[in-house]
Amino acid sequence: MSDFGPVQIRCPVLSVRRVDAYYAITVVAPQIAERFRAGQFVAVAVGGEASAMLLRRPFAVHDVKPDYGGTVEFLFSVRGAGTSWLSERRSRDLLDVVGPLGRPFPLPRDPVNCALVGGGSGGAPLFPLAHALRRRGCRVDFLLGGASADRVFSAITARRVAETATFTTDDGSFGVRGPVTAPLGRVIEEARSDVVYACGPMPMLREAGAVAARHGIPLQVAVEETMACGTGLCMSCVVPVVGEDGVTRMVRACVDGPVFRGERVRFDDVGTIPFDALGAPGWKARPEPGDGMADRAAG
Amino acid sequence: MSPDLRTRLGSVHLDNPVLTAAGCAGTGRELAAFFDISRIGAVITKSVMLEPRAGRPAPRVAETPSGMLSATGLQGPGVEVFLQRDLPWLLSRGGRAGVSLAGSGVAEYAELARRVSEAPGVSFLEVNLSCANPSDQGRHFTDDPREAARVVHAVRSHARSDVPVFAKLAADVPDPVALAEACAEARADGLSLVNTVRGMAIDPRSLRPAVAGGMGGVSGPAIRPIAVGCVYEVHAALPELPIIGSGGVRTGADVLEFLAAGASAAAVGTVNFHDPSACVRILREVEEALTEHGVRRVADVIGAAHRPMGAPLGGADAPGGA
Repeated sequence: MSDFGPVQIRCPVLSVRRVDAYYAITVVAPQIAERFRAGQFVAVAVGGEASAMLLRRPFAVHDVKPDYGGTVEFLFSVRGAGTSWLSERRSRDLLDVVGPLGRPFPLPRDPVNCALVGGGSGGAPLFPLAHALRRRGCRVDFLLGGASADRVFSAITARRVAETATFTTDDGSFGVRGPVTAPLGRVIEEARSDVVYACGPMPMLREAGAVAARHGIPLQVAVEETMACGTGLCMSCVVPVVGEDGVTRMVRACVDGPVFRGERVRFDDVGTIPFDALGAPGWKARPEPGDGMADRAAG
Repeated sequence: MSPDLRTRLGSVHLDNPVLTAAGCAGTGRELAAFFDISRIGAVITKSVMLEPRAGRPAPRVAETPSGMLSATGLQGPGVEVFLQRDLPWLLSRGGRAGVSLAGSGVAEYAELARRVSEAPGVSFLEVNLSCANPSDQGRHFTDDPREAARVVHAVRSHARSDVPVFAKLAADVPDPVALAEACAEARADGLSLVNTVRGMAIDPRSLRPAVAGGMGGVSGPAIRPIAVGCVYEVHAALPELPIIGSGGVRTGADVLEFLAAGASAAAVGTVNFHDPSACVRILREVEEALTEHGVRRVADVIGAAHRPMGAPLGGADAPGGA
């Protein structure tokens, strides 16, 4: 209903292409393209109108272009029946897409130096971010990692938009062997990075957070959580995050994220309900001021 | 002429029979991005508890055929935040509020009933009885009709008398009709049928339960025949008691199915996750279907499946007719 909120549209597929180990689908979706900001995602219905697959699939937006009034591209790997169905779409098929969803990456006001770290398909949302940062005069240094060479995508684009681009693979088939966070410290020092942006699996984000903390610079993370709706209704994508008041809450990655300040996410407690989280079994409401007075009077 | 979509839940008059099911629409805020929530019959809110609750660890959901398995553990901000922030927001948008209550004991349900029903603008209460009962080894209140009746009685006694109380029941109990009758005797003003059906999904890769809690609740079109059957049987036994039907409503035809089985309204649940505009689409489909059937009023369809073959829709003896 608002010009900034998400929309649900049936949009025609412009193209479906293989990108190494991934698929990339581009849809014509002007209302999503015009609202989109880097870091936001789309939630796609799979299986057609009477589909037995009811959960929407969330995908980070990899690219937005002005062609045909506005196109949106997202990347995915085939993991099951839903993504397999998506990979079989053809040009002009209609897809039911909701977006743009979630909080975008905050952008620095000044032209600062930014290190962008992506693991696997987590690299996707960093590309529109890189373009937005460059438009603000920021320096961008890319680090992209994956299990193997075919899981590190858009290396050419990364080289083109970034001052430096570092690639890593677990098997050493491309770039440096090892995790993508291993060269992060060196890149931060050489590029004099002021901020790190990271997207990928939780262990990678945690490690990126540790490196950023060692260098005393802030980190923005985009988490990749399992979602059923993407719109904030189902409460399935919760992550323990510390609020400004110091209280840990189970917040929804879809509407409260997917972008969080790195130091606020309790990476070690992801997948659990921390005992001190608001409303956890061990949680106790802070006593009212009046209660304390009564205690003292009674004691 | 477009059909009259108005319906009644006891003393509550609603503009139309399409509601949102508890736990599938928050308090309407998220859906308001996709449509004007004042257009639907009512928003039944996510179950409210006395205290804030963090819920269950992730993973909380798994996709199942034509449905999903979920175990969110009633995460919510607690009744205070609900009354100060969420309920006023819903009412400010012109939404009708049915408030679902969840307690961890009879006393908690009673206090919730008192506090929530005294808040201005609450159209009706729904009692979520599929909560763990601490005085019954953590079994659900619906597992024992006497326990369910105790809760319903407490809620009815403590709620403002002009706010109807609907007991939300599960279908996977030994005798849903006996459970419904126990709630009716405890002075429930109506019933909400059905809650999720207990189940499990095993992750094929890990061979471990797919949701962290192990067991979860199955919802979505997969359980619709179970829900419709439950509504039919309970309406046959208790024809005077208004019923909110829910369980896999996806289309206008599904709403008509629940109405014909004996429900006075139908709540859209899991399908909101799939299609955030579902409620207004379904409302349009209900209108079209009624026109196609040549039915003038929603009220004429309620209980239609119980009438003899060939009986006209909207006959003078139609139960539920205004």
